[in-house]
Amino acid sequence: MKNLDSVLAAYLAGWAIFFVYYISVSQRMGALREEVERLKTMLSKGKS
Amino acid sequence: MLKSALKAFVLFVLIAATAYLAFYYAPIEKSMGVIQKIFYLHISCAFSAFVAFGTCFYGNLRYVFTREPKADWLAVSAAEVGLAFISVVLVSGPIWAHPVWGIWWTWDARLTLTFVLGLLYLSYLLLRSMIEEPDKRALFSALFGIFAFLDVPLVYFSIRWWRTQHPQPVILGGPGSGLEPRMRVSYLLMWGALTGLLILLLSARYKLEGLRASVEDLRREAEVR
Repeated sequence: MKNLDSVLAAYLAGWAIFFVYYISVSQRMGALREEVERLKTMLSKGKS
Repeated sequence: MLKSALKAFVLFVLIAATAYLAFYYAPIEKSMGVIQKIFYLHISCAFSAFVAFGTCFYGNLRYVFTREPKADWLAVSAAEVGLAFISVVLVSGPIWAHPVWGIWWTWDARLTLTFVLGLLYLSYLLLRSMIEEPDKRALFSALFGIFAFLDVPLVYFSIRWWRTQHPQPVILGGPGSGLEPRMRVSYLLMWGALTGLLILLLSARYKLEGLRASVEDLRREAEVR
C-alpha cells in the first residue's frame, strides 16, 4: 500500500514521544523521591 | 507503583486496540488513500493538547486569584503534558503533508499558529526554570500562561477564519463535513484512549510537582538549621 511507511512512521514517532516523556517523568520522580529521603534523614540526624 | 504500572499496561492495550481499529476497521479514504489514517492520531492529539492547555489556563487563573500552590502544580503539569501532545501534532502533520502536498511544511495560519503554540508553552516552562523564588515563579508563569492560552482559540478557528492550505474542519465543521460512521467510531475511540493517556501523564506529572515542592520545603528547613 502506497504511503503505509509514512503512516507507520507517524504512529511510531507519536508513541515514541509519549514513551520518552513518561520515562522522563518517572526518572525525575525517582530522583526527587531519593532526594526527599536524603533530606529527611539529614534533618532527623540533625534533630537527634 | 504496581497500580500505576497496571494502569499504564491497560492504557497501552487500549491504545494498541484503537490503533488496530484505525488501521483495519476504518475504511481507506478515497482521495488520499492510506495516508489519511494519520488523521486519527493527529486530530486526537490536537484535541487532547487543547484539553491540557485549557487545564493549564484554569490552573493559572486559579493561582492568580487564590495563590494556592496546588493550582500552580496543576498548571505546570498540564503545560508540560500539553507540550508532549502538541509535539506529536507537529511531527505527524508534516509526515502526512509530504506525500499529500509535496512539501513537509508551509507557513499558513493554522500551521504557524500551532508552531507558535508549542513555542509559547516551551517558553512558559523555560520561564519557570529561570525564577528560583517559588511564589514569584508561580505568579509570573501564571500570567504568562494566561497570555499563552490566547493562541488556543486562534489555532482552532484559524481554518474557519482564514484561507489555509491546511484541510477545512472535518469534526464540528460546516454542512457537508463529517466522518463516515466507522471512521467516526475509530476516531472517537482513539481520542478516548489518548484522553486516558493524558490523565495518566497529568496525574504522574502532578505528583512529581508535589515531590518537588516537598524537596524545596525540606531544603529550606535544612538551610534554616
